[in-house]
Amino acid sequence: MRSLLRVASENPRVLLVTGDLGFGVLDEFRAKCASQFYNVGVAEQNLAGVAAGFALSGHIVFTYSIGNFPTLRCLEQVRNDICYHRADVKIVTVGGGMAYGSLGVSHFATEDLAILRALPEMTVVAPGDPVEVEQLVPQIVARPGPVYLRLGRAGEKPLHQRGTQVRLGTPTRARQGSDVLLLTAGGMLPVALEAAGLLETDGTSAEVHSVHTVKPLDSEAICRLASQFSIVVTCEEHTCLGGLGGAVAEVLLEAGIRPAFRRFALPAAFPTGVGSQEFLRTVNALDANALRALVRSLISLRRSQSFLSAQP
Amino acid sequence: MTERLSVEELRRLAKEIRLISLEMISRANASHVGTVFSCVETLACLYGAILRVRPDDPQWSDRDRFVMSKGHGAAGLYATLALRGFFPRERLNEFYVDGGSLYGHVTHTGVPGVDASTGALGHGLALAVGLAAGAARLAAQWRVFALLSDGECDEGSTWEAVLLAPAWKLFNLTAIVDYNKIQSLGRVAEVIPLEPFADKWRAFGWDTREVDGHDVGALLNCLDPEAWQPAGDRPRCIIAHTIKGKGVSFMEDDLLWHYRIPKGEEYERARAELERSA
Repeated sequence: MRSLLRVASENPRVLLVTGDLGFGVLDEFRAKCASQFYNVGVAEQNLAGVAAGFALSGHIVFTYSIGNFPTLRCLEQVRNDICYHRADVKIVTVGGGMAYGSLGVSHFATEDLAILRALPEMTVVAPGDPVEVEQLVPQIVARPGPVYLRLGRAGEKPLHQRGTQVRLGTPTRARQGSDVLLLTAGGMLPVALEAAGLLETDGTSAEVHSVHTVKPLDSEAICRLASQFSIVVTCEEHTCLGGLGGAVAEVLLEAGIRPAFRRFALPAAFPTGVGSQEFLRTVNALDANALRALVRSLISLRRSQSFLSAQP
Repeated sequence: MTERLSVEELRRLAKEIRLISLEMISRANASHVGTVFSCVETLACLYGAILRVRPDDPQWSDRDRFVMSKGHGAAGLYATLALRGFFPRERLNEFYVDGGSLYGHVTHTGVPGVDASTGALGHGLALAVGLAAGAARLAAQWRVFALLSDGECDEGSTWEAVLLAPAWKLFNLTAIVDYNKIQSLGRVAEVIPLEPFADKWRAFGWDTREVDGHDVGALLNCLDPEAWQPAGDRPRCIIAHTIKGKGVSFMEDDLLWHYRIPKGEEYERARAELERSA
């Protein structure tokens, strides 16, 4: 939000429109850029339509709400009014994946990447840490047309090293390795880095890239990276359908690149369990231990396959 | 800007819009002739006298914005735009046909004079609210008009926008409801009654007038923001009482002509009636 405040204070055409959410979070923006702040009330269809109208009158509009509300609730407005008009509307959601923990399924954004990715003109961005957010927001403002920016919750730790350059549209390397490639979207970056640390104790070297720009996917970079590794795993707090995993699989298969490939994601079902995001990740096999186990199983599989193929 | 047409000229424009859109719809085997005919006088008044637009410069930045929220009335809007010089009349042959360039629902891409694409009902008023609020914050002089169908007043999203516009004091916004009293599967009064309709808009905070939507003189008085400026920066709502299929006796007030394609002898009879009309 501070990144947005910075952009808005420099450009009076940048507006923030909320669907009556953001208690505490939007206070500073509201105080410092009062004339650029709008609240349409609890009315997400209106949020999307009004934002499109603002954009068509020459503004760059950020809409803000929780996970599914400014996206799925008003999907047709997003498609027809925002995307078809190539309106400069940047949809910002908080609570990506299961960040809202105990609040429940209504507040889990676990199909959003797939659904928003399917919309023409829409750019889909799911940053992995605050370093990425800070550098991506000005680039999102500068990019014409609709953007979906999926955030977690405030308070995530910076993961990238100081001085890391983050470019919209290009994956950002968070860890160098040689055996396994982990590609992450959004809040799975810390999980993948933790898993990479665990794998190191197993003698496996994992490289981790944050694919914050899920669409348009940098297929050239994905292919180049994937062809250097025999094992590739995509990681996302999202169902296994149509998100980063689907996007990467589409690209690799068409390019004829065939590493051992798995989607580390939620099953094609609603998550189970009540509890914090951390707890839910464990219950739903989406934590670092589960990722480590998946990678180890792929390594064993790979070994047995090469053993078999070596038999006369 | 084109000059403002007289009441007599506007009536003639309305007649031409009916004849041309009838021909377009018939040739293209399209539907929605009834919905076009109910809003023809509104379109004629808007484009003939009210809207500050420049057909030779459709993207003129200070133009008034018009959102045809009832996007299924596209034939009427396209005929109006062609007659007012936004594009050549021959282009209307490209309506709704294989290899054409004009969709059956209002589309902005590649169509001079159209700012907003519609077709899914209940979208247009929110777009218009955003445009009007955008104009207000830019202190721009242009005004925003949205034409809604009565059927799309079933949409919750319409009422979200109805609720918001007065709260934001959108003095530069006018909503016109083409109240022809027939929606997709029946009479409005039987499907989802809207009455007391004008009172609903008033209760939401709109300065609201009811008018005979086929009376050009009365419509002009309502539509003209110079002639009717509500106190308290309220947005304006015009409930235009209209007749579906207006102008052709056997189409008037008949649900069938939401769908039926005027062909052959029916087409000829309709055309003859329209040509005979004043």
